[in-house]
Amino acid sequence: MEFKLGNIFIKDLQFGPKTEVKDGTLYVNKEELTEYLLEDEHLASVSLDIARPGESVRIMPCKDVIEPRVKPEHDGGIFPGMVSKMFTAGQGTTHVLKGVGVVTTGQIVGYQEGIIDMTGPGAELTPFSKLNNLVIVAEPAEGVVTYQHETALRLMGLKAANYLGEAARHLTPDETITYEFLPLHKYHEKYPDLPKVAYVYMLQSQGLLHDTYFYGVDVKNMTPTFMYPTEVMDGAIVSGNCVSACDKNTSYHHLNSPVIHDLLARHGKDLCFVGCVITNENVTLLDKQRSSDLTAKLVEYLGVDGVIISEEGFGNPDTDLIMNCNKIEAKGIKTVLVTDEYAGQDGTSQSLADGSPSANAIVTGGNANELVTLPVLDKVIGNVDPADVIAGGFKGSRRDDGTIVVELQAIMGATNELGFNKLTAREF
Amino acid sequence: MEEKRIVLYINQFFGQIGGEEMAHIEPQSHDKPIGPGVGLSNLLPKNCKIVGTIICGDSYFNENLEEASATVGQMIKDFNPDLVIAGPAFNAGRYGMACGTVGKIAHDMGVPAVSGMYIENPGVESYRQYLYIVETTNSAAGMRTALPAIAKIAGKIVNSEPMGTPAEEGYISKGIRKNVFVEKRGSERAVDMLLKKLAGEEFETEYPIPVFDRVEPATAIPDLSKVTVALVTSGGIVPKGNPDRIEASSASRFGKYSIEGLDGLTSEGFQTAHGGYDPVYANDIPNRVVPVDALRALEKEGKIGKLFPYFYTTVGNGTSVANAAKFATEIAHELVNEGVQAVILTST
Repeated sequence: MEFKLGNIFIKDLQFGPKTEVKDGTLYVNKEELTEYLLEDEHLASVSLDIARPGESVRIMPCKDVIEPRVKPEHDGGIFPGMVSKMFTAGQGTTHVLKGVGVVTTGQIVGYQEGIIDMTGPGAELTPFSKLNNLVIVAEPAEGVVTYQHETALRLMGLKAANYLGEAARHLTPDETITYEFLPLHKYHEKYPDLPKVAYVYMLQSQGLLHDTYFYGVDVKNMTPTFMYPTEVMDGAIVSGNCVSACDKNTSYHHLNSPVIHDLLARHGKDLCFVGCVITNENVTLLDKQRSSDLTAKLVEYLGVDGVIISEEGFGNPDTDLIMNCNKIEAKGIKTVLVTDEYAGQDGTSQSLADGSPSANAIVTGGNANELVTLPVLDKVIGNVDPADVIAGGFKGSRRDDGTIVVELQAIMGATNELGFNKLTAREF
Repeated sequence: MEEKRIVLYINQFFGQIGGEEMAHIEPQSHDKPIGPGVGLSNLLPKNCKIVGTIICGDSYFNENLEEASATVGQMIKDFNPDLVIAGPAFNAGRYGMACGTVGKIAHDMGVPAVSGMYIENPGVESYRQYLYIVETTNSAAGMRTALPAIAKIAGKIVNSEPMGTPAEEGYISKGIRKNVFVEKRGSERAVDMLLKKLAGEEFETEYPIPVFDRVEPATAIPDLSKVTVALVTSGGIVPKGNPDRIEASSASRFGKYSIEGLDGLTSEGFQTAHGGYDPVYANDIPNRVVPVDALRALEKEGKIGKLFPYFYTTVGNGTSVANAAKFATEIAHELVNEGVQAVILTST
C-alpha cells in the first residue's frame, strides 16, 4: 500500500479577491474566510493578518499553528473525526501548501500561549518564522468560558487550514514523495536483515487545557494503540493544548512529525520502520501504570529491536517518559528518548523531574529556562500584554524600553520534543 | 591588545614558605608572581600579567573560613584583576577546598577564576559550578601538563574567546547546561543514536541522567489530636491579585499567607497563580487545592490538634529542582521552628 504526499511550494501569501494559488503565491479572500469562521457563535470577532519571514512582526499569544492540506480524492477537508467526516488517514494522496502556516491568536486562553517573532533572535528559535503565516486574531463571545474558548480556537484554526487547503485540490504538486506501509508480518518478510524499529509517540493529555485528539477522540480516554506513520500526515493527531509554548506539539508539528519523517527516510535502507504506538500522559498513577504497561506490551508485540520515545510537556510527563523507557528496556528492546530540559535560568539545576539508569540515550531539545531578549519590533499582531504572565515570562519581562526578556519557554516550538529543531543543550 | 591583570592564589607550600608546619599562616599579599606563577607567566598570552600573588596556609583557610574569605576577598579586590588563578591543588583536599572557595569569592565579585584539581579532590564537587577547574593528575608531578592547560583557559576567558566543551578544553564540567545549535535536527540525531545503540556501537547521550535523590515517606503519626498540621502547596494558591507576583511558571519565590480565623478559602480572597492547568476550578473554590475547609472541620472535631495559621505556596510548573529544593529548605526550617509536626503537601 502507498501514500503519496504532494508538496506545492508557496513563496508568498497575499489577500486577494479569490482564494487560489497563482505562480507560487497563495491569495486569500479575507471577507469569505472571516465570514466562514464567524459562523461559530462562540466567537465575537475574527480578523486576519499576514506575517512573512523577515518582517518586523511579533505574533502573540499564539495557540496553535496548522499547515493547509487537502485530499484531492476526498470531498471535504483533512483532520478526520475532528472537523471532517471520518476516513482512515494516511492513505491515497494528499496535497500540501508547503511554506504556509495558519496561526491562531487573540485574547489569552490559559497562560501557555507563545510568541512567534518573524525576525531577530526570537525568529532563530521558532520554526514558524520561516513560514508565510495567515494569522487569525479571534476574540471569544461574552460568557464563553475557558474550555469553550479553547475548543472554539482549536476548531477555527483547523477549519481555516482546510479552507486554504482547498486551493491546492486541483494543483499539480512540485514534488511528490511516496511512502509504503504494509501489514506487520510483511515488514518482517520484506526486510529480514534490517533492525526493526517503532516509534512511541506520547501525546499530551494532562487535562485542563492540556489535551490532544486522535481522530477527534480526547486521548485522555484512550488506551495505547497502533498507528501507521502516514496517518499523522492527514491530521489524525490534533493539538488541543495550552502547554508551555516551547514544547507544545502544535498541529503543524504533528502533520510534519519529524521522528516519523526521519525514520521513513531511513526505512528500507538502514532500518525497517514498522509503525507507531501512540500513548498518553495522564496525571494519575493508575493511568500512568496502565498506559506504560500497555505501551510496552504493544511494542513487544510488534517484534521490534528498538524504539524512539518522544515526550510532550515536562515535569509530570517526565514520569511517563521514564516509565515507558524502563518497561520497554526491561523487555530487551533498546530505547532513545527525545525530551527537553528545565535546568534553571543559569543551567545548573537538574533537567528532568524523573530519571533512570535505563534512560542512557537521550536527545534534548535544549534548556527551556534559558533567557532570550526580544527586541522591539515594528508591529504586533495580537497583544503583548500577557508577556509578564505567560509561561516563561515573569514580573519585569516587559522592559521600559519595549524589549521583552523571557525564557525560551515562551517561544513557540523553541525546544520541541519531537526533535523538530537543531537546538540542543550541552554541559559546560 | 589591552593588558589583562591576573591574581594568583596559592598555599604555603607552593608559596615557598614551608610545608605542613607552616599551614597555619594567615593570608599575605605580594605584588609579583611566585611559585607556579613564574612558569604561568611564560605560558599565558602576551597581554596577560600576573600582578599579584596571595598566599595562605591551608589549615588557616579551612579553620577560619569566614575571616580568611574576607581577607583574601579584599586582597583580590585591591589588585582589581580581570581573572584569578587558584592552585593547581592536584589531590590536596584542604588546598582544593581553599582554591574552590577563592573561585567562588571571585565569581561573586564578577571576576572569573581558573584552578586545576584531580577529579576526586573534594573542591571539585563543591565548587565546580563557580570556576573552570582543569583536570590534573593526583600529584604535583603533573604540574608540567597542568600549567599550560590552565594558561590556555585563562587566556581564552580574559580575551573573550569562545569556550568549548569540557572534553574539548580539558576542564571539569561545571554542570551548567547551555543551549547550542547543531547541524542535525533532534529527530535525525535520535535515529542516528538508536542505530548506534542497536548495532552495539558507542553512542553519546545528550543528557546524562543524574543520580536521583529519593525521599522515603515518613512513618505515619498514630495520633494527630495533639499535632499542629500545616498546609504547603505547589498549586499556586495566593491571595487575590497575587501580591508577591509568584510566577505562573519557573517560580523564583514562595509565599506565606495567613489563614487565621478563616473557615476556608473563597474565590473573593484567593486565586491560583499557576500557569500549568486550567485555573477555573481552583479559582472557583481554592479549597480544592489548599483544603483549609477540610482541615478546619478536622480541627473542630478534634481529629487534629491545630491547623497552622499560615499556608506556604509556590508554583510547581517548570520550576527548577534547585529552586524547589531552596524553597523547601526555608519552609521546612520555619515549620520546625514553629513546632509544626505534620505537613500536608498538595500539588496539582
